[in-house]
Amino acid sequence: MPKVIKNVGCPYCGCSCDDVEVTVSDDGKHVLEVKNVCAIGTEIFMHGGDREGRIRLPRMRQEDGTFKDVSFEEATDFMAKTLLKAKKPLMYGFGSTNCEGQAAAARVMERAGGMLDNCASICHGSSFLAIFDNGYPSCTLGEVKNRADVIVYWGSNPAHAHPRHMSRYSIFPRGYFSGKGHKGKTVIVVDPRFTDTARVADHVLQVRQGHDYDLFCAFRMVLHGHADDIPDVVANIPKEKILEVAEILKNARFVNIFFGMGLCHSDGRNHNIDIAISMTRDINQFTKCTIMAMRGHYNIAGPGQVWSWVFGFPYCLDLTKKNMAHMNPGETSSVDLAMRDEVDAFVNIGTDAGAHFPIPAVQHLKKHPFITIDPSVNMASEISDLHVPVKICGVDDGGIVYRMDNVPIQFRQVVNAPDGVPSDEEFLDGVYERMVELEGEKFDE
Amino acid sequence: MSEMIIKNGFVFDPLAGIKGEKKDIGIKDGKIVDASEVKKGKEIDASGKTVMAGGVDIHTHVVGPKVNVGRLMRPEDKLFRSRTKERNTRMQMGFAVPSTYATGYAYARMGYAYVNEAAMPPLHSPHVHEEIRDTPILDISAMPVMGNNWFQMEYLKQGEIENNAAYTAWLLRATKGIGIKCVNPGGTEAWGWGMNCLTIHDPVPYFDITPAEIVKGQIQTNEFLGLPHSLHVHGNNLGNPGSAETTLDTLKLAEGITTNNKFGREQVLHNTHLQFHSYGGTGWGDFESASQKMMDYVNKQKNISFDVGFVTLDETTTMTADGPFEYHLNHLNHLKWANVDVELETAAGVVPFVYDKNSKVCDIQWAIGLELALLAKDHMKCHLTTDHPNAGPFTRYPRVIKWLMSKQARDELLHSFKYADKVIDATIIESMDRELDLYEIAQMTRAGTAKCLGISNMYGGLTPGMNANVAIYDLNPEDMPKDPEMIESAFSRAAYMIKDGVVVVENGDVIATTPRKTIWTDAKYPLNELVERDIREKFLKYYTVELENYMVFDDHVYNTVPLEVESPAA
Ligand code: SF4
Ligand SMILES: [Zn+2]
Repeated sequence: MPKVIKNVGCPYCGCSCDDVEVTVSDDGKHVLEVKNVCAIGTEIFMHGGDREGRIRLPRMRQEDGTFKDVSFEEATDFMAKTLLKAKKPLMYGFGSTNCEGQAAAARVMERAGGMLDNCASICHGSSFLAIFDNGYPSCTLGEVKNRADVIVYWGSNPAHAHPRHMSRYSIFPRGYFSGKGHKGKTVIVVDPRFTDTARVADHVLQVRQGHDYDLFCAFRMVLHGHADDIPDVVANIPKEKILEVAEILKNARFVNIFFGMGLCHSDGRNHNIDIAISMTRDINQFTKCTIMAMRGHYNIAGPGQVWSWVFGFPYCLDLTKKNMAHMNPGETSSVDLAMRDEVDAFVNIGTDAGAHFPIPAVQHLKKHPFITIDPSVNMASEISDLHVPVKICGVDDGGIVYRMDNVPIQFRQVVNAPDGVPSDEEFLDGVYERMVELEGEKFDE
Repeated sequence: MSEMIIKNGFVFDPLAGIKGEKKDIGIKDGKIVDASEVKKGKEIDASGKTVMAGGVDIHTHVVGPKVNVGRLMRPEDKLFRSRTKERNTRMQMGFAVPSTYATGYAYARMGYAYVNEAAMPPLHSPHVHEEIRDTPILDISAMPVMGNNWFQMEYLKQGEIENNAAYTAWLLRATKGIGIKCVNPGGTEAWGWGMNCLTIHDPVPYFDITPAEIVKGQIQTNEFLGLPHSLHVHGNNLGNPGSAETTLDTLKLAEGITTNNKFGREQVLHNTHLQFHSYGGTGWGDFESASQKMMDYVNKQKNISFDVGFVTLDETTTMTADGPFEYHLNHLNHLKWANVDVELETAAGVVPFVYDKNSKVCDIQWAIGLELALLAKDHMKCHLTTDHPNAGPFTRYPRVIKWLMSKQARDELLHSFKYADKVIDATIIESMDRELDLYEIAQMTRAGTAKCLGISNMYGGLTPGMNANVAIYDLNPEDMPKDPEMIESAFSRAAYMIKDGVVVVENGDVIATTPRKTIWTDAKYPLNELVERDIREKFLKYYTVELENYMVFDDHVYNTVPLEVESPAA
């Protein structure tokens, strides 16, 4: 009899929906059906378990350029030696790993004296810089669901990137103080494009590309009582519209601003987030207002959490001093390191640096040992010297992940990974133990 | 396992009434044993030294979401302010909000074995337990925050203590928490709308209940269940001039209630960081100490305990589930502000703060903390905390001990203040000659705290059978140093710290680690049908996580030690 497993977490986007129902084959090896998952989440479950085409053994590059299957022991040994030999190894990724894997990686890279970074480096890293300057007045998604009557999506398009965000958390659900659901909420979308999210909005502000900062300034002027001094049009938005929306924000009961990469990666970057936070503080003079980053992957908030408690910094970690961590984006961030050809060994884990890094950065990285740890084949794995398959978190491995609002969600394993395939944590722990063997001397924690 | 004997030390063990007598302490298999039972093994010569049980911190913030926001938000707290890694440690980053590794080692260096994380938002409990896993050496318990919990407010509004108890017992199991923490009752829920409750009679918006009813109901719930610790309250109106009035109103709610527990605790209400709650005056201009008035009351009450929350005059990071307080604090100093409202449960704010020695207000706060401790009659009920990191980092405990034990140290600092005259006018610190002794320090830092937490059968003392947590300090009670700085340095760098029978610190250096444990309360009081239905309904309608994923999975809790309790009322 196929088995139905409930309350399963979806390992795809930052919504980390945990209400998925998965039907699993008798032998516990395949996913047959999934419920409560959006279109993009469905696929990931179908990839799990003992399915055809799944990589079961590490693959090592040969002299002639082809891959040869090797044992996990050999892979472990190769990675341990590579890390110990390198002066400045870099491990990057972690969008699709659990926190247990991220903690194990911290231990390995501390021992190796290397660089440790996650995908925030190329997505919400700029938001972190703003948080360092200005803080983060936020809340959990249930607060938005139960209280918010005004929702702002600024530079984010959940209709495509976070398909269940609007229905689970923001616009459509009926909460304790928001029993009318969508009818009781005003939705404001700020984006240069008329997105599919804009279709459900009450107010669409098609801000001029790259001029978000100007628009924030205008809103803040109005909120501070200087409406008379703003021009007739700011960043393509007419003054009347600005005044109208400012009035909505002031008179709301509870406002939440969701911002995405359209804000943290357009001109202004961290400064856009900084002023968005300032505007959030301003609105709190009138009513309650919170702000939240639309994090991309189901656990990309995780490394920011784990490494903050281990090292005090969320990303771009320089552990090369071996006795102190250091962080300075631009200097210690992955793409910058790679562009300067400073890295002499690279580990791509739970992401695809091959697809996401600039080509010159990848070319530099390729000059040195290049390892990918990932359940699937991707661009990075195909150019690697070693590709290590691991379990898929949320499908054939459980663990803790952090949703976009930094709420920890406990994921369940639903199917069995192919025999012998380790989790990220198990593999990295093996690498750590091998490093200890090779180096002798061990410090206990 | 190993055996060990600690010879000839001056032993201070208030739980056993031992006041600096020369005594040998035996250790076998991680437990204290009678010295005569130890035949072989390591011998530690403690002659001329002070021997105490491992420290027990009753109120600190070292693991969990808001602590981590503090770490993440303040890279400047790491730069030039961190220790470098030692031979047997991981990296140790951060000063005011140290990393988990830095936290474990720093407490161990001071001779501490156990800390109680005083605020765990239930929804975030897996996070708290993840950080416990990564905090070396220390045994840790965490208190779920409940003062603004929708279930509790609804049950208590109807006076349904039994239903509230059933829910509370369930929540302790679900989160692996130790007891009931109540922060700004009602006010934090009001903060969901940007509002607050400043007195104990301000109604909570939409919930038709007052802070007074919440506190009273929670005390009753706590005693109904017979939990190891009492209700742990951070009352309304914290940190404002005039807060003493609100605090006295809150404390009076405990009058006439007797405890009902098998763990040896005597109080029904623990008021945390009383320093922040003992302010007189009507504004920052006439801000003054109300410590005398506070202690006149507290000294008479048998069923109240408190910790102080000493201000240490450092740059630090404030963090509390009192969301509206942090919002107002950010208006005072205009630094960065983080906030996390947690659905159906609580909130938190984080704001960096500089307790400037040249600020009159900060200096008065400093004095108030010391006054409370010096006025206290029973130090089993008056505990040493800094509400870390709120009034200062826990690494300043040795400095606080110095101030408590030396009038000279206090006076030197007091007279160095820019506005010393104004501080003297607004406080009574200058007139106080009392100097605490090592026995009282042991009460404030291990015996009293363990007893109030309900764990004094395992921690805080040196009676055979207890966990072998022993701190040895380089202080000779028969020949105390003239220079108060030596007191601070002795408590900063334990000569030895032994955790579960393993020497983890020697001469102030971490040399080893031991497996840490998670202590929680397994209250057996069962769920009834109604409460179970309420829980299901609230999760279905209002939470954004599934009930089955909310309860922390067993394999995410590190080395658990349940404190089992049958409800005496059941
Ligand atoms: S919204 Fe995101 S987390 Fe939810 S089902 Fe879709 S992909 Fe998965
Ligand atoms: Zn506190």
